Amino acid sequence: MYEVVTREDFSPTTFLLEVRHPQLARAARPGQFVMVMSQADGERIPLTIADFSAERGTITLVIQAVGKTTLELQRAALVGTSLYALAGPMGNPSEITGGRTVVCVGGGLGVAPVYPIARAFRDAGSTVIGVVGFRNRDLIFWQDRFGSVCQELIICTDDGSAGMKGLVTDGLKSAMARYPVDEVVAIGPPVMMKFCAETTRASGIHTVVSVNPIMVDGTGMCGGCRVMVGGETRFCCVDGPDFDGHLVDFDDLIHRLARYRPEERAALEHWNAAEMGEAARA
Amino acid sequence: MTAKRTIRTIPQERTPMPTRPAWERVRTFEEVTTGFSAEDARREAERCIYCPQKPCTGGCPVGIDIPGFIEQISAGNEHGAFEVLSRSTLLPAVCGRVCPQESQCEAVCVVGDHLEPVAIGRLERYVGDLAIAEGWTAAAEPEPNGRRVAVVGAGPAGLACAADMARAGCDVTIFEALHRPGGVLSYGIPEFRLPRAVVAAEFAKVEALGVHVEVNSIIGRLFTVDQLRDEMGFDAVFVATGAGYPAFLGIPGEGLNDVLSANEFLTRCNLLRAADPASDTPLHIGRRVAVIGAGNTAMDAMRTSLRLGSEEVRCIYRRSRAECPARAEELEHAIEEGVVFNWLTSPVEILADEEGKVRAVRCVRMDLGEPDASGRRRAEPVPGSEHEIEADVVVVAIGTHANPILRQTSRLLTDARGYLVADADGRTSQAGVFAGGDIVTGAATVIQAMGAGRGAAAAMKAYLGLVEPEDRAVAEPGADAAFGVDVRQRPFRRIRAA
Repeated sequence: MYEVVTREDFSPTTFLLEVRHPQLARAARPGQFVMVMSQADGERIPLTIADFSAERGTITLVIQAVGKTTLELQRAALVGTSLYALAGPMGNPSEITGGRTVVCVGGGLGVAPVYPIARAFRDAGSTVIGVVGFRNRDLIFWQDRFGSVCQELIICTDDGSAGMKGLVTDGLKSAMARYPVDEVVAIGPPVMMKFCAETTRASGIHTVVSVNPIMVDGTGMCGGCRVMVGGETRFCCVDGPDFDGHLVDFDDLIHRLARYRPEERAALEHWNAAEMGEAARA
Repeated sequence: MTAKRTIRTIPQERTPMPTRPAWERVRTFEEVTTGFSAEDARREAERCIYCPQKPCTGGCPVGIDIPGFIEQISAGNEHGAFEVLSRSTLLPAVCGRVCPQESQCEAVCVVGDHLEPVAIGRLERYVGDLAIAEGWTAAAEPEPNGRRVAVVGAGPAGLACAADMARAGCDVTIFEALHRPGGVLSYGIPEFRLPRAVVAAEFAKVEALGVHVEVNSIIGRLFTVDQLRDEMGFDAVFVATGAGYPAFLGIPGEGLNDVLSANEFLTRCNLLRAADPASDTPLHIGRRVAVIGAGNTAMDAMRTSLRLGSEEVRCIYRRSRAECPARAEELEHAIEEGVVFNWLTSPVEILADEEGKVRAVRCVRMDLGEPDASGRRRAEPVPGSEHEIEADVVVVAIGTHANPILRQTSRLLTDARGYLVADADGRTSQAGVFAGGDIVTGAATVIQAMGAGRGAAAAMKAYLGLVEPEDRAVAEPGADAAFGVDVRQRPFRRIRAA
């Protein structure tokens, strides 16, 4: 069950896992996510589905190794191994429409989950403009894959080492200046989504963001993933994860994401120490 | 039967449950009550007078023949007692612990009219524990009938339905969304009240009947209910997903970190073992914990907090102790263990310090007025009674709403509040699809969910042409009587057409 069939390391911190789960691959739709456990004592973590293929019977996850669980996955999830748990697809699928001009913005790792949405819009007959942002050229991934579903792919890097120098909001403005944009989909770090929503607010262009709060079960049972949307409490797992970016309270989201920072740091230190001990023994 | 017992001849005092002292148990997750000895059980069994009307059986949501199993204990035949229990319940060790007996079987016990009622729950647990220790199983080898049944949710309702259908010879698969079966028995009820080993042992009995469980399988997302029926070849489906969308108060400050639902708090502790150093799941253990609400879930959250090492744990409840919805024993144990109760107190705002951390709950005092629609006296705020209660973690335990996933992804009819619509036997708006438990009734008890599971199993057997009259789950004397003949006594069986 849940066997890793392909793995690709994009950088020292980001990697791709293609995992076999034919039923999930068949059920998945753009915008949905899965809950993953690396081992029996592990945390349940939500990860957005970066790609899925009913033919191959697999789903693809792109992961950034930042905490204990993702570092553990980076070390242990090699081809031929299996994840302990993989449940989904969770959340409501993104709303896909044809005949529109849509800008799909992906910041850093957010490029992965926005890709199937861009592809679905393209397949539905919409024109897709891609905007992707990375710190530098070494971190770029999926340029060809993403580019193949876009009319134009605008690459932004913080240091100008590839594409235009600037943030994704600069790329978004460039797209808005040159295309009759009907809709924007932005996925990435909360602060990036916040500024994308601010960029389109004045023009009133419908802007969808995919939020990523802390989650336990992913099925609507715990309420840990609650987000403020238009002054109302919504649960990301069953009411989202896509929400109207002009209504999401991003400051609240950012504050809530820091909820377990001390515990997360302690877990990471503990894990690092254990790893060092193991390395020393070996 | 032995010499006739009367109120005068039976042991007058109810046999006390051996219980760890509060000072010892409050820092450990070991079970609070340690269970009857054989001698305790024999003595307590002597207190049943075998009254002819058996109101206790009518008071049990799954219709256990209570005098029947007590008689076996009295006769020293515990295995016989287990066999009587097994006709109606598959989880005696669980139900003996978590059923609200004082409002069900024990509430109507005839002995209770004069003395303390017979301790039925404690006797049930005694037999259930003995069965686990001795490895007794009730698994009859059912003859496969070729029918396939899908059960959605491996909680009490789903397990009860699955067990009944498996015993009728169906090929049963349970789909569970989480990575472990048990539903509320796994994620909700803490270890000190229901040890994990007991849940595992009772679950093993369901598996021994041939029931297959698929974990990590969320129906409505991985497969729809329609797919189960149309593509995957299940002849009937029982939906028991639980309610579980936690309610919040809608007061300012509720979005602060360290304000969490009781479901989240308990899931982190129970399902994900956050308190265990080996577990990766984080949990912030508060120094002062305020729990809002006074039901069983609130009691579980408070008593868990004490065991995690919180210094002060408080219950904030808008009504008085008399209206407290928790099981009597849970409330007594919480008081003994040192939970501070702020009755007639309602939160109006959760306050933060400069760093955005929870520091207090602002509350008002309440007064009880006239009874409201629920029959409980309405709580009204006392003007000018605002005060602050210090807390660094706030747990909200005020109930749940209907989970929306099935409403979003199936054709099943739901009511205005989002619960699935089902008749008394669990039939939904779709033929062959049955539902029961919290997703139909709203939050209730483990045994009520099991009763719904068994009731739906009976209806499902009828739908599949497998009816056996004695499988009626709920015995309501006289309910089905027509022309003076109890229809349940019909001396025939319907045979399923091939």
